Amino acid sequence: MMAYVRLLVALGLLSLLLFVVSLLVGPAGVSPRLSLSALIFGDAGPLTLVMREIRLPRAILGAVIGAALGLGGAAMQGYLRNPMAEPGILGVSGTAALGAVLAIQTGLTATFALALPFAALAGAGVAVTLLLFLAGRRGGALTLILAGIAISALAGALTSLVLNLSPNPFAANEIIFWMMGSLADRSFLHVALALPFFALGACLILPLGRGLDSLTLGEDAAEALGVRIVRLRVLLVAGVAAMIGGATAVAGAIGFVGLVVPHLLRRTVGAQPGRLLFASALGGACMVLAADIAVRLILPDRDLKLGVMTAIVGTPFFLHLIYRTRGRG
Amino acid sequence: MRFIDRISGILLAVLAAASQVAAAPQRVVSMNLCADQLAMMLAAPGQLISVSYLARDPEASAMAVEAQAFPVNHGLAEEIFLLQPDLVIAGQYTTQATVSMLKRLGIPVAIMAPADSLEDARDRMTEMGAHLGHPEKATALVAEFDENLGRLAQDADEGPRAAIYAAHGYTFGPQSLSGDILRAAGLRNVAEEAGLDRGGMLALERLVMLAPDLVILSQRRGGNSRAEEILNHPALRALLEEAGVAPLTDRNWVCGTPHVLRAIAGLAVERDAGQEPK
Repeated sequence: MMAYVRLLVALGLLSLLLFVVSLLVGPAGVSPRLSLSALIFGDAGPLTLVMREIRLPRAILGAVIGAALGLGGAAMQGYLRNPMAEPGILGVSGTAALGAVLAIQTGLTATFALALPFAALAGAGVAVTLLLFLAGRRGGALTLILAGIAISALAGALTSLVLNLSPNPFAANEIIFWMMGSLADRSFLHVALALPFFALGACLILPLGRGLDSLTLGEDAAEALGVRIVRLRVLLVAGVAAMIGGATAVAGAIGFVGLVVPHLLRRTVGAQPGRLLFASALGGACMVLAADIAVRLILPDRDLKLGVMTAIVGTPFFLHLIYRTRGRG
Repeated sequence: MRFIDRISGILLAVLAAASQVAAAPQRVVSMNLCADQLAMMLAAPGQLISVSYLARDPEASAMAVEAQAFPVNHGLAEEIFLLQPDLVIAGQYTTQATVSMLKRLGIPVAIMAPADSLEDARDRMTEMGAHLGHPEKATALVAEFDENLGRLAQDADEGPRAAIYAAHGYTFGPQSLSGDILRAAGLRNVAEEAGLDRGGMLALERLVMLAPDLVILSQRRGGNSRAEEILNHPALRALLEEAGVAPLTDRNWVCGTPHVLRAIAGLAVERDAGQEPK
């Protein structure tokens, strides 16, 4: 227990540190002292505008979206009892992006801003439901991954199609954003769109910890312990869809966070999916904040996409997991 | 010796003129938005038989109305071939597959490079005149262009600082046609301060920190896109409360034709408005 609390405190401090660093890193290249004083005290100058309207929402979104992806990954892994379940790889983020793209291209978002996260939520919800259905009561890891690949491929193809058909000359260019994700030049409007969905999803999923713990003994045993599996499943689907939908609607599809973070933390937390939930939310925030700092340090002027960074870190983990589960299919 | 030189010189000139008349193409097809507009200005009646579909797009083309009089093509080899042109004028970077196929079919293709400066624009007018066999019309067009430019052009060294800002946060540097338009309108380009020569992405926070006096903002296009969301960013809106704003009307900015003068004239108005005491 002590180790768990220490871990949470450490992750909390780390995410706080990364949050502050994220505020201080940017193409404008202003000294940290000036930046922070402009953020906190404020003046009429352009630096205050940069700090309050560009960097602050970016850092908040990094933390919120990271937490959403980490928590979403941990919840899916816990429920499916499969360390390879992850919203990005299994196409949940991809279908969320498709929903968001449809909402933008049909003009819905122009009349009703909340249509964006709601459409992304609907897309994510369809994918999660489909995945749970296909995985079944005892679906193996392979079944799940293959189903995810199919859903990802379809969502990616349809997203490209919709953007290619758009009469707008810039739309086709956006395929990269929706597939790879970015936090560049987001604003508080986007925080307002994503945050409520994250809060809703977290409120639905965090209380499921005990149920997920019991589920490690198998569904029958969990039911015998008083876990209502159907209710748990519905809440999980709704929670994951809300969080991933909200995150993807404003930042595009960012993969591998929900895979890497629970994987790294499982060793310290132990084999209790319930405990892993909260730790993964903090860990996800750390990972996305760190990746978003990295993209700005590596190529400050080129808007290097976040998903590229997380994929570079995440793919070796994924291959390692596949290697370990070989033959257990 | 000198006499023979002069005779041969005259002979060469006559020959060149004769070959030009003989070579003047009768069925010209243009497949490029910028070539479309120059061809419509310089072709003899009946000489130009088709322009690209973009020429009719009022957002992209400064001659959308004139283009209504011409059948349009979509840059596809099949439709171009069926028009039986004796000259096809294409852009340098687009429709390359079509161009190579037309060449294999034995159709003469003239390639026109995009104009990256006002000097280039002048060259394109002359080039188009030569392709169409009407160099004298092109010379007159260039002379008129130079005269109007001379009347409009202002000294940029002490002028207000301006930035072009388009979808995706794209800006144009001094070594571009848009950069030349800015300079001719007496504006200093802040992209230069940001170290961008030709153009590129300018992060919104760098634009805000550069605090230009005038922002030339791209206009939203039909349909919807995420790329144009940046034009509504609260930080940009706050910047525009301090700075002036002018529209980046694509049709007058993208092509090296005399229509860039409209862009320069439009900017000059904004420049003067910004310099009046508020």
